[in-house]
This record gives sequence, structure tokens and C-alpha cells, in this order.
Amino acid sequence: MNNTNKSFFSHVDWITISLFISLLAIGWFNINAAVYNPDQPLVNIDNNSGKQLIFIILAIITAGVILLLDEKFFFNFAPIFYGITILLLIIVLIVGRNVGGNQAWIPIGSFRLQPSEFAKWATSLLLARHLSGINNKIAEAKTFLPTLGILGFPVLLIILQPDAGSALVFMSLIFVLYREGLSSYFLIAGALMILLFILTLLYPKLYIISALVALTILLVYVFRKNRKILVVFFVGLAISCMFIFSVDFVYNNILKSHQKVRIDLILGKVKDLRGAGYNVNQSKIAIGSGGLFGKGYLQGTQTKFNFVPEQSTDFIFCTIGEEWGFVGSFVIVFIYIFLLLRIIHIAERQRTAFSRIYGYSVACIIFCHFFVNLAMTIGLMPVIGIPLPFLSYGGSSLLSFTILLFILVKLDSNRIGLAS
Amino acid sequence: MNSFFKRRYIIQGIFILVGIILLSRLFYIQVIDDSYKLSADNNVLRKLIIYPARGVILDRHGKVLVQNEPVYDLMVIPGQVKDIDTLAFCKLINISKRDFDKAFKKAKNYSPYKASLFQKQLSARTYAAFQEKLFEFPGFYVQNRSVRLYPDSTAAQFLGFIGEVNDTEIEKYGGFYAQGDYIGKTGIEKSYEDLLRGQRGVRNIMVDVRNREKGSFFDGKFDSIAVAGDNLISSLDKDLQMFGESLMVNKIGSVVAIEPSSGEILASISSPGYNPNIMVGRERGNNYMKLLNNPLKPMFIRPIQAEYPPGSIFKVINALVAQQMGLINQNTYYNCPGGYRYGRRGFMGCTHVHGTINLEKSIEESCNTYYGYTYSRMIDHTGLKPSFAYKKWREAVMKFGIGNVLDIDLPAERKGLVPTSDYYTKIFGNNKWTSSFNISLSIGQGELGITPLQMANVMAIVANRGYYYKPHLIKAIGEKKIIKEEYTKKNNAGIESKYFDAVIEGMSKVVNSGSGTAYNARITDIEICGKTGTVQNPRGDDHSVFVAFAPRINPKIAIAVVVENAGYGATWSAPIASLMIEKYLKDTISRPAYYTDRLLNANLLPGQKYVYKVKPKKDSLNTPSTIKRTSVVPINIKAIKPNNE
Repeated sequence: MNNTNKSFFSHVDWITISLFISLLAIGWFNINAAVYNPDQPLVNIDNNSGKQLIFIILAIITAGVILLLDEKFFFNFAPIFYGITILLLIIVLIVGRNVGGNQAWIPIGSFRLQPSEFAKWATSLLLARHLSGINNKIAEAKTFLPTLGILGFPVLLIILQPDAGSALVFMSLIFVLYREGLSSYFLIAGALMILLFILTLLYPKLYIISALVALTILLVYVFRKNRKILVVFFVGLAISCMFIFSVDFVYNNILKSHQKVRIDLILGKVKDLRGAGYNVNQSKIAIGSGGLFGKGYLQGTQTKFNFVPEQSTDFIFCTIGEEWGFVGSFVIVFIYIFLLLRIIHIAERQRTAFSRIYGYSVACIIFCHFFVNLAMTIGLMPVIGIPLPFLSYGGSSLLSFTILLFILVKLDSNRIGLAS
Repeated sequence: MNSFFKRRYIIQGIFILVGIILLSRLFYIQVIDDSYKLSADNNVLRKLIIYPARGVILDRHGKVLVQNEPVYDLMVIPGQVKDIDTLAFCKLINISKRDFDKAFKKAKNYSPYKASLFQKQLSARTYAAFQEKLFEFPGFYVQNRSVRLYPDSTAAQFLGFIGEVNDTEIEKYGGFYAQGDYIGKTGIEKSYEDLLRGQRGVRNIMVDVRNREKGSFFDGKFDSIAVAGDNLISSLDKDLQMFGESLMVNKIGSVVAIEPSSGEILASISSPGYNPNIMVGRERGNNYMKLLNNPLKPMFIRPIQAEYPPGSIFKVINALVAQQMGLINQNTYYNCPGGYRYGRRGFMGCTHVHGTINLEKSIEESCNTYYGYTYSRMIDHTGLKPSFAYKKWREAVMKFGIGNVLDIDLPAERKGLVPTSDYYTKIFGNNKWTSSFNISLSIGQGELGITPLQMANVMAIVANRGYYYKPHLIKAIGEKKIIKEEYTKKNNAGIESKYFDAVIEGMSKVVNSGSGTAYNARITDIEICGKTGTVQNPRGDDHSVFVAFAPRINPKIAIAVVVENAGYGATWSAPIASLMIEKYLKDTISRPAYYTDRLLNANLLPGQKYVYKVKPKKDSLNTPSTIKRTSVVPINIKAIKPNNE
């Protein structure tokens, strides 16, 4: 062991790395359970668990390489990474392989590359570089508009695939902008829009508008002293009404029929346990049948006998829920929340805005995946096919999440060097 | 760090909040809501019922009466059917393309992943041909089942049949049976159902999403094995039974033979009968309806359900009861001037002028007058009020196992009838009636009703000189050959042994003396003791009745034969009984062929007789018109004309 290496590794955040390793291990064991076949050897290169082992090794090597790179590399190369991923996103639209309705994969040998996964950290890097500019203030249009551009370009290309799930992940970066000074109104407006969207699909428009008008009148009365905020209420009311009328248009003309059905299923408007509702229903059965302590490793009947579709990728959580029960679920949720809070903690201790903004981007992207994936498997959200970070089977996803996380670990390990 | 530093807490707060929401939802579906566990079991768990082999029924010598025959049901799992040569398939199992499409659609509608019945009961040959090509037709497989087979098509009404359970039966047995299960519907199949059916086994298996088997649930912890049903050994003698059935072809009536020393029923024939094999298989439903609608009522189990006035054979009971009461003895003489006068103008005719005869002779020659006097003594001259004396007489008579069920091991046995004293009091308006009011009871006519089984049992009592064992059809159960305790208990008829001497002597002479009423039934080296009866039938021609036991010393068989509407007891029933006795005791028939042939070939069905007698009015009362019109060959009436009694 030489001195350079020692000082180098002593500065990395071992807590984050431990959480990362635990998730990889949990992921592999559960993928193994999902594809378990008693007639085959435990590690078999032909099935998903065997392949995932290779991906894990690749991911760890990639993590090591990232830690060995110079920290300036990511700042300097951010536009280039961004450019490459945009190029790949365009290529995938032309030569991509269509799997399950999405043209999201570029076939390379026997593996398939999913550029939208890599777009996440590349976009985050460029976003961080842009926002950390000396004179850039998010509240100002000259900063805000390019920001929208940086985010909007990959989102547009991903929507064209079309991969609604990945596009949704980019929306989560709104928290980064919020942290950097974006007005709270955007956050509130975002939440309000989601609420109104759901309400509009469930109830007649007239009722909702009446309720909004009543609410506005109440708020105006309460805040009648504050002229400035009254304007906000009225503008809010007007925008809300317009939004409500546009929901129908979006629902009927923009959303695809399978997406509409998924939304209807979640809202309880239709019940179709054999058809469109099959996945979610079987997923809930698998998780729900796990009970408090689960059925035991490799003992899950629902997952072992293929009742749950996509059980090693997007529905990997079913295996955990069924075989490890609520205790297992609790541990998983706990690890993710711990990891997210740790990332925020790391981000906040950075000395450069670039590192901080990048750190927040990492947290937001992982959070979005974690929340949407779990909510989907337990029937809180419509089926949106995005993987569970570090746990789901899939090389592109695992590698890009590893890169995403370890760029932050690398940036963090250098904050002391910079200080001294 | 910038001025928005505090916003980190809002973001962290949102993360924690989301974590809590997810955990709450997980806690609800995993710990609180149990319905998912049930759904999970429904997904993977399949209960396979393993049906045990139903018990086989053997005759008293171990010959098979009912056995199981494997049949092959063709099953299909529509989801697994891929690229098959439909035409070749149809040809192989011999169905049309349209039938194929229809059956396949039905199966698919039921479930693409679950097995359903495609074609019921393939023949063994079709099965063999199909089995070789099975691999060409993925999704199809053959399931073995067993159905009942009656190798000699005998004793249909007594063995009974099995059929699918109905809703009432499912309810009655508290969920033991499920839709589609088989249960004994009639006969021994019904009365011994709980022994014959055995114990069903259950195999809990797990299946995957395509309904493919994936091993046993919990390593078979909740499985149970099937236990085959008990075999039953019947008391029937198959050869005797079949011989009796052939003798009763084209006749309506019954033959019941009992082993007096055990109560075992050696033969029980109900005619007309049917081939039990028609109650199995695809045509079962149609055949069942045909039998139900047959005017000759083949489903009517005459030996235990037909109630007749016993006629002259009842004299045996009166003779014994009167002796036991001490009112007559073997030296009691009465004068028969050709009939018995009673009341002011009553006269009960006798067949002959018998003159002064004793008890023995009264039996031998079946003198009505003698029993007119005897009955009168029992009712009018006991020192009691006649209606009260009748009560005592009735009690004594019923000890012979009549007027109540004998509790044979078959369902739906009928009681018969010996009217109560109150019944007559009601009919006659007061209790001042005397023997003159129901004198016909003295010779077994009138309001009496006795089943052929009860008649045979009375003969068993006489053969045993005073007691009987409950008549039964199943002598031993299972491998250990268990005998029901109730069948080993003697039932006393209340008559002392010594009183049988004169009666039995008289009965012997009925058959063996030239002046006896059934001299034509004698067998040279077997001493048969019997009694004829010609039962007046208000609805048609007299019924021919004969009861007997043999040999006189150490009796082996007691028998009752009833042939409806056939006239004198001696003409038809006595020879049939005689042949049955010889067949059972010697296993060969010594009589010349014409003797047997006359009985085998005689057609005594109602329609046949009326062709000769031309009595359309009576006929229309008695038998449905279909029989008259469709009846074909008028028989040679000379052959059946009574020539003696």
C-alpha cells in the first residue's frame, strides 16, 4: 500500500459506499430468488442473476475508475457527456430496439444499452455546471431559460421513445432548482397541478371549479390586508381553471390508451384484474402475502412461479416483500431514506456550488426512482416502468446509477484537499 | 452555502414523509390486510382429490357381482394446445370437426389454463390408439377413472347403482361430497355407501402462472392418501340368483330364498328386472328415464316393496299361533262340508269337501273351513272380548316378522300390513265385532299385506322351529370379514318347537303326498316342506304364491315365490321354488327338460294373458295401454292352464 492510495481512500464517504454495497447485495440475492430454479446451479451465467453478477463486478470497477479520475474532469467534460448522451438519445430513436413498446435500447452484442439511463447523470452534471456559474441566479430569466433548455432537450427526446417513466425522473430535478432559489410557487403549483389532475379525472369539472372559487374567496377574505398576495390567488384560480379544462385534452389526446387505463386503475375507475390490472394486482398479492416476517428466502410462491411479471427488473420489490415480509420492506425503505439523507448531507457540506447542485441532482433522481417504483408495486401510483436503483436487474441502470453516485463520492472526497 | 440553505430541511422532510407514506401502505397490505395471503394461496394452491377404488361386491362363493372398470376421460388444457392436426385428432377419437370445435370452445371458455373434460369415457380401444399418438397433441391428456361393471348383469335392483350426487345429498352429508362425485343411489350401493366409498385422498400441489405443476405444497404436510373402500361379501349365490332370474323372465313377481340358519339371503329376484350395466356410462340418463316410465316398473323392488295378502300360506301361521294359545292341538278335528258358515248368512267356500280332518291334513289339503273354525276360536272363544282377543292374535302374528320392516340392509323396505284392532272398530263403527267380520284373515285374505321377503322369512321360522335371523344381503364386510352383530342374534317368533311337528308334517305332505296341493313340486331325494297360496287379487287375476323350505331335516333353504296374476300357487310358483331348491342343494336339475322349459318360456306378463281371455275392462284398470298394444306373441294358453291344486 502506498501513501497516495491511503490518503485517497480515507477521504471517501464510507457510509455511502456501505449503503451502496448493501443495496447491490440485497439486489443480487433477490434477483436470484426471482429467477430461482432448483434444477439449475446457484450462479448461472445464462439467467438474470448470473448476468447481474457480471454487472455488479463491472459497476464496482467503474466506481473504482471514477474515484481515480481527477475531480476537474467531470466539471470540464460535463458538456461533452451531455452532448454524447443527446447524440445517443437521437441514435436510439433511429436504430433502437423496440422492447415492450419503448424504443429505448441500442443493441451492442448480446447486451443492450439504454441511453436514457446515462442521460440522467450527464444532464445533472451540465445542470450543476450551468447553475454554479458565478453570476447565475435561478430566479433570473437569463439563467432560468437555459436551465429549462438543458432539462427539456433530453426530456423531449425521451418522450419521443416514448418512455414516460424516465421523462418523469427529470421532473424531479425541480427540487434541485428549488434548493438553488427557485420560487416556492413552482413547487406549490406543481403539487396543485397533480392534485387537480387527479381530481378532474375523478369528479365533474363544475364541482372542482366551484370548490376552487369558494376556496379563493375564503383565502381573499383571510388575507384581505395583503394586496400583493391577493393577485396571486386570482391568477392561481385562473390558471387552475384553464388547467382543469386542459386535463381532458391531455388525457384524451396526448396520453396513450395503456397509460389512461393505468391511471384509471389507480383511481379505481376500472377494475380489470385479468387484463390491464393484472400486474399491479399480482404485485400487491405477492407483497401482501409476505406478512410481517415473509415466507423466507427462495420460498416466495408468487414470485418463484412467475405470477408477477417483470419480477427481476421493475417489480423486484415483490420478491423482497414476499420473502422478507414487512421487516424486509422496512429495511429497504430505511436504507433508501438513509442514503438520500446522507447524500443531502454530503451535498450541503460541499464548498463548491457545482458539487452541491450535483449532489442534490443525485438525491432527486434516486428519490424519484425509489418513490415511483415502490408506489407502483403497492398500487399507489399507475404502472410506470422505472427500475429500483441498485436493486433491479439491468446493466445500463446499474452502471448509470453507480456513475451517478460515485461522481458525487469523488467530488466529496476532494473537498478536504481543496480546503487545505 | 447560499441563502436558501434552510430549504434542505424542506427537501429532507419531503423524503422522510414519502418514506413514512410508503411504509404505512406496506404495513397495511403486509400486516393488517389478510386478503392478499388468501389470494396468494388461490394463485398457487391446487387441491387434487384422489379418488379411492370403490369396494367390490362378491357373492357368497367369492364370485364378482360388481367390480370397477377403468374408463378413460380425455382432458384438455386449452392454453397448452398448439399446432395440432385437428383432423387426425378427430379421426383418432372418432368425433366430427364440429364436435371438436364445440368441445374445445367450451373448455376454453371455462379456463385456458385449467383442465376440463373434453370427451367422456373413451373406450379401451380408442384409448390405446390415442395413447400412442398422445405426444402429437400437447395439451391433451387422459385421466383414468373407474365405473361400475356388472360382469353377469345380475341382481340389479339389490346391488343398486351409483350416480352423481345431487344438491340434497351434498347438504345431507355436510360437505363430504362435491359436485361431480359419485354416491350410491339405490340398493346395497346406497345402504353400504359409507363402507364402499373408502376415503378420499388429497394432494396439495403448487402451480405456476401457467398452471404447470411445481411440486407439493409444504412438502405434502397437508396431503392425505386415498383408502380404498371395503369389499363386501354378499350372501347371494350368484348361480342361484341368475337361475332364478331366468325362471322369472316374462313374469311379474319375486323369488326370495333365505338360509334359515343364518338369515342370509341366497337369492332375491324382482321381475321384471333390468341389466345393471345400462345404468353406467353415457346413456345412463336416458336408460334411467326409460326404466322409470316402463309400466311394468322394473325399478320397483318387489321382494321388499310389493305387499300382497299372503293367501293360504297364512294358514301355517294361524295353525302355529292357535296351538301356542292352547286353543287347538294336532288332534283337533273339524268337519269340512265344503265351506265355513259364519254369522247369519256368511259362507266361506272351500276347494273341496274335506270331511272331518285334523291339523296336519288341513295344511296338506289347504282346508279353508278348518281355519275358519280355528280363527273363530282365537277371536271369539278365548273368554276375552273379541276385539281384545284380536289384539293378542295380532301381536302373536306379528312376531313372525310381518306387519313391520325386517330391517333388511336395503333402502326403502316396506312394512306390509296387519290391521290393528282399532282399525276394525273404526270400520265397523263399534268394538262389538267378532271373527265373522274379518274371517278372511283366517285364510290370509283381506286386509293383510306381506312382502315376499317376509313370506320367505316365515318359512325360515318354520324351518328353524321358532326363530329367525334378520334376513340380509351382505354377510361379511371388508378383509376381516366382519359380520354385523345384529345378524347373529336370534329373533324368537314366540312358538314352542313342539307345535311345529304337525304343521311341518302337513307341509311335507303338500309336496310329497299325492293328495298334497303341490305334488308337482316334489323332488325324489329332497324332502321339501311347502305351502301353496292362491291370492285373490281385487285388481286382476289371482297371484300364484308358494313358500317352502328344504330339506325337512336340517333345512338349508327357505323360499317364497310370488308370480303375479298367474293363478294357482301350484301351477307356477311351486315348480319355480322346487327348481330353485334343487339347484341350490344339488347344483343340477334332475327334472326333464320340458319341466324347466315350460317355466323358462312361459310369458305371464299381463298383456299376454288378456289376448287370450279378452277382458278389456279389467285390463284397462290394471295395465297401461301401451303394453296391450305392443304385446306380440300370444302364448299357448294350454301350457299355463292350471291343471291341479
